[in-house]
Amino acid sequence: MDRDQGGSLVNVTMTVNGAEVAADVEDRTLLVHFLREAAGLTATNVGCDTTSCGACTVLLDGESVKSCTVLAAQADGHDVVTAEGLAMRGAGEAGGGELHPVQRAFRREHGLQCGFCTPGMVLASVSLLQENPQPTEAQVRMGLEGNLCRCTGYHNIVRAVLAAAAELAAEPGEPGEPDAAALAAGPAEVAP
Amino acid sequence: MIPAPFTYCRAASVDEALALVAEHGDEAKFLAGGHSLLPLMKLRLAQPEVLIDLAPLRELSYIRDAPGHVAIGALTRHHDLEHSALLAQAVPLLAHAAGQVGDPQIRHRGTLGGSLAHGDPASDLPAVILALDATLVARGPSGDREIAAAGFFQGLFETALEPDELLVEVRVPKPAGAGWSFQKFTKRAIDWAIVGVAVQGTSVALVNMASTPVRASAVERALASGAAPRDAAAHAADGTSPVEDINATPDYREHLARILTGRALEEAATRAG
Repeated sequence: MDRDQGGSLVNVTMTVNGAEVAADVEDRTLLVHFLREAAGLTATNVGCDTTSCGACTVLLDGESVKSCTVLAAQADGHDVVTAEGLAMRGAGEAGGGELHPVQRAFRREHGLQCGFCTPGMVLASVSLLQENPQPTEAQVRMGLEGNLCRCTGYHNIVRAVLAAAAELAAEPGEPGEPDAAALAAGPAEVAP
Repeated sequence: MIPAPFTYCRAASVDEALALVAEHGDEAKFLAGGHSLLPLMKLRLAQPEVLIDLAPLRELSYIRDAPGHVAIGALTRHHDLEHSALLAQAVPLLAHAAGQVGDPQIRHRGTLGGSLAHGDPASDLPAVILALDATLVARGPSGDREIAAAGFFQGLFETALEPDELLVEVRVPKPAGAGWSFQKFTKRAIDWAIVGVAVQGTSVALVNMASTPVRASAVERALASGAAPRDAAAHAADGTSPVEDINATPDYREHLARILTGRALEEAATRAG
């Protein structure tokens, strides 16, 4: 391989927001670049690019990850949800309409200022609420420790997550929301 | 930042992983969660020519009860350790410390084996494994080999693993009723520890106080001769060789080691049963 050139290509196929996306990309392509350039979905931001700020957070198989530190090839065959997909989930097949309850809560509680960290904050919050549907304020703050807001608008972000948790608790079974029974069972012991 | 070009391949079995690393030799690196390796590659501090992705090896992700110890597959994620009911009961130090690594996103990807094999003295879990006197199991062309944690970490990013070996399991002895604590000091929530300390009973191990995780032997000796926690902790920096970097001078790290060790020993004492 000529190391000065781009290197070899790998075929990557993944489900992004419910639709299959396939592309031949360089082996070294990061998931965030695959999402922005191959899938054309630009809600996912590149912030620090060093696994610190959380702006590039997406859901990989339902769990929050920093897509600047995952290779596209590592997500081959897996399921990815970005901020665009979160909104579509609440709107059925038509898409583009109804916001996810966490997105609604961020808007209602003014959980954003410049908005750059918001897609990552929202997806980290969705993952947090799936693992812990009724977090305390302290648990929300700890659960979002991987997401930085340069506007320092943390208080309203935490309020938004707590409001979303209350709304989700009041409306169990909303489409796209975690199954209450599965959540109650807690994380299973890892089995081979 | 994008890594230098490399060839990505995926191992479908442990045998295939070993065959791939035998084929590519020193130019190849195993990829587990990638949360230690990929950041280094993006900064071009690591430039392997071949990455062997171990993600398909689901058989290396488990937490199993065994007589006298808990057996943990090398690809078990921090998130799984943090939420394991078995670990919370049998080895609470490891479950707790795993929940202190990085942030939730990092814990969804990072693995125990990846963290240990990476050999970064600033990482949390190597010191925890050292305090727990765990045994690491490496698989190579000639079969499995057991390595005591005390002999595993040999230098900065250097372990006892041979280039053709894969870390497959970590066996953690079940401490019987002894107190435990994990303390670390960081500037930001997600940073590596400037200094950390893991205490299990009278075993004390330090994060980021040398080129490897180290046991605080002078503290352990003082405890063995009956010293009170705060008096024993005064020896926490004895024999260490902390580095100077953007976060701290060696003097400051030594100060932190003493303070954090004191807090850890006092907290452990409250948990001893």
